Amino acid sequence: MKTSIKINSLLIAGLAFIAVSCDQGNRTGNGALSSNIAEKVYIAPGERDEQYGFLSGGYSGNLTVYGLPSGRMFKEIPVFSQFPTSGYGYSEETKPMLNTSFGFVPWDDLHHPDISQTNGELDGRWIFANGNNTPRIARISLTTFETEEIIEVPNSAGNHSSSFITENTEYVVAGTRFSVPVPQRDMPINEYKSNFKGALTFIAVDPEHGHLDIKFQLIMPGFNYDLSHPGRDKSHGWFFFSTYNTEEASTLLEVNASQNDKDFIAAINWKKIEEYVNNGGGKKVPTKYAHNVYDESTHTATSTIKEEVLTVSPADVPGAVYFLPTPKSPHGCDVDPSGQYIIGSGKLSADITVHSFDKMLAAIEGSKFDGEAYGIPILNYDDILAGTVQSGGLGPLHTEFDGRGNAYTTFFISSEVVKWKLGTWEVIDRQPTFYSVGHLMIPGGNSRKPHGKYLVAMNKITKDRYLPTGPEMEHSAQIYDISGEKMQLLYDFPTHGEPHYAAGCNADLLVKNSRKIYRLDENKHPYAITNPAEARVERKGNEVHIYMSTIRSHFTPDNIEGIKVGDKVYFHITNHEQDFDVPHGFSMIGQGTSEILIMPGQTKTTLWVPQRVGVWPFYCTDFCSALHQEMQGYIRVSPANSSIALSWSLDE
Amino acid sequence: MKNLFKYLIAISVIFLFACGGGNTKQAEQISKPPQPKKVVDPYENWQQYHGVGPVKAFTLPADIDQELATKGKEVYDAMCTACHKVDKKFIGPAPKDILTRRNPAWIMNMILAPDKMILEDPIAKKLLGDFNGAPMANQNLTEEQARAILEYFRTL
Repeated sequence: MKTSIKINSLLIAGLAFIAVSCDQGNRTGNGALSSNIAEKVYIAPGERDEQYGFLSGGYSGNLTVYGLPSGRMFKEIPVFSQFPTSGYGYSEETKPMLNTSFGFVPWDDLHHPDISQTNGELDGRWIFANGNNTPRIARISLTTFETEEIIEVPNSAGNHSSSFITENTEYVVAGTRFSVPVPQRDMPINEYKSNFKGALTFIAVDPEHGHLDIKFQLIMPGFNYDLSHPGRDKSHGWFFFSTYNTEEASTLLEVNASQNDKDFIAAINWKKIEEYVNNGGGKKVPTKYAHNVYDESTHTATSTIKEEVLTVSPADVPGAVYFLPTPKSPHGCDVDPSGQYIIGSGKLSADITVHSFDKMLAAIEGSKFDGEAYGIPILNYDDILAGTVQSGGLGPLHTEFDGRGNAYTTFFISSEVVKWKLGTWEVIDRQPTFYSVGHLMIPGGNSRKPHGKYLVAMNKITKDRYLPTGPEMEHSAQIYDISGEKMQLLYDFPTHGEPHYAAGCNADLLVKNSRKIYRLDENKHPYAITNPAEARVERKGNEVHIYMSTIRSHFTPDNIEGIKVGDKVYFHITNHEQDFDVPHGFSMIGQGTSEILIMPGQTKTTLWVPQRVGVWPFYCTDFCSALHQEMQGYIRVSPANSSIALSWSLDE
Repeated sequence: MKNLFKYLIAISVIFLFACGGGNTKQAEQISKPPQPKKVVDPYENWQQYHGVGPVKAFTLPADIDQELATKGKEVYDAMCTACHKVDKKFIGPAPKDILTRRNPAWIMNMILAPDKMILEDPIAKKLLGDFNGAPMANQNLTEEQARAILEYFRTL
């Protein structure tokens, strides 16, 4: 009997299997399974996601590209960190991208990506990101998904209230988290108070090419400028920065920076300061910072050190800077799509404070101040308050919007996302996160037009969410469907590094512009060869330049002799493929650097200093064709005093 | 119990049939004795092949357009010489006298859609085997560029 039950169950299972396999191929999503959560994130093989998500990599220094709702990772874009996968920061062309006033800094802590906007809507041209540690701002092309520009931010330290853009991408803004002596000098740390300063930097973005140029630095009191957001729509022209440590402590900030009941949100009328600067205002001060630009036609970056920056003191532009008292060391400083509400998330509080832009203007108009700090007027809390969200949660951090009048705030301590209504301040829904959520992202959620379908919560703690991988784990993220009244948790996915924030947009905004190849006839790299007949080896003293080309599946040339121990051998490799997704890689035995991965039509250079006599192989690292294993070559290395002439060949 | 079993088996057989258009066909294929195929060498019968791709069969004008051929040489030198030598077998075959072996449309389709050709065109399939399994790279040329290269081949 037992056996027959087993057989019966097998049969039934078999029948069910047959029934399911029958159904495949004509599943439209309208069947009985449509209520299934799994189907909401399931992207069938060969199909594509609806949206892009760009998650910061935190201490990986890079930016990761995901599909939403599937949570599949498509690419890691190297920004502030060397990346052996492509050779970024290792190749001669990209080393200058990581140059700073401190020299070559091959790593940073990437925090807050923001997509360029026109009229307050995402335009999908570029994405900006900040390096927190050695203050830098990067611009990444959303055509090539490559980092095109990095500018260092002088007088800054802990570049955290960055890199947020104004609604026509006039400026990308970078504020310092740590105040420092400006200019830097040798002084006692305990003289911090009133001597240290916080620089808020407005970097102009060239509307055509996106090139970055520091327009001015506003030198503020020595608080910690934590996060920021631009005004939009009616409040366009203003920028808001949350602060903590208005106590100006320099030690044990954990305790000493949590003494004041309220810190400030700084409201900056940047249009007023821009006008002041355009009329010759501000003070040029000597400093040092690097400006690194990658040129797509030469496939090469150049680094320039700049020696001067324009600074502005708030006292010089009356009516441009105000402080909005905000309880409990606010972290997030977010502006709703209409531009009316400025939301401060006091991270040591249970409540969320919402300031009214209209009330703020009225208070300024009526000169109703509640004192001043370093000459900057402080507005009266009650005069500007629009409302308070009595959340019932603990540790509010960051808020975004769905475009339907709702706001969504993360709560770090109580591990949840809380949905509440703008205007009535009532809590509508709350859903747990796993665990200890930092920021959240709704694609378009910090523009005038949020997409309002998915919400991604980026968590700080992973613990038991995935199969264990030893003490170190990737951070977890959760995606929620927010199209209904209640939020619905759809899916968990691991991220890379530590995402502190993200930006997202509809896929069709980027898909049509995404580049497939670099055209050989547009390649202006000084060491490119656009025809294998130009392949050659040239010696200049102990420098040897190898002009090499690749196509499936050989290098031209692939046999080289006359190289000597101690030579500086530069391989300049041009990939002659003109077909989508046919890169070739290059690596040389014993080379103290990474491989380089060369995209179709691109030229990259890698340096090798041979140390030993012998015949040494190189090979293609990217599986390029059925004959990929055959894609290799040899270099003969002779003693330093050898008189063997340079020669090179293919198939001779 | 036994009856129930029979019933279940009957049902499962019905399901198998209900679903299995493909299965039945497969069964038929297996049962068919292999048909002796007449071996045709696509190289010998090249005149009937115009290739698969954007270009339809056409006849070349009698005179060679020198200007077009010069343009064609430029494109050929830049985009093709990594694998082709004019009068010597290299990674791929030599283009010299190619019009005595291939139709004009076939040549242009091979340049413009090599990935499709090696799957669907009998000559291209055979060439892939004869050339070491190295598939021709798609260099994303325009139809005008491919036509110019063809004109250049006429001058070789």
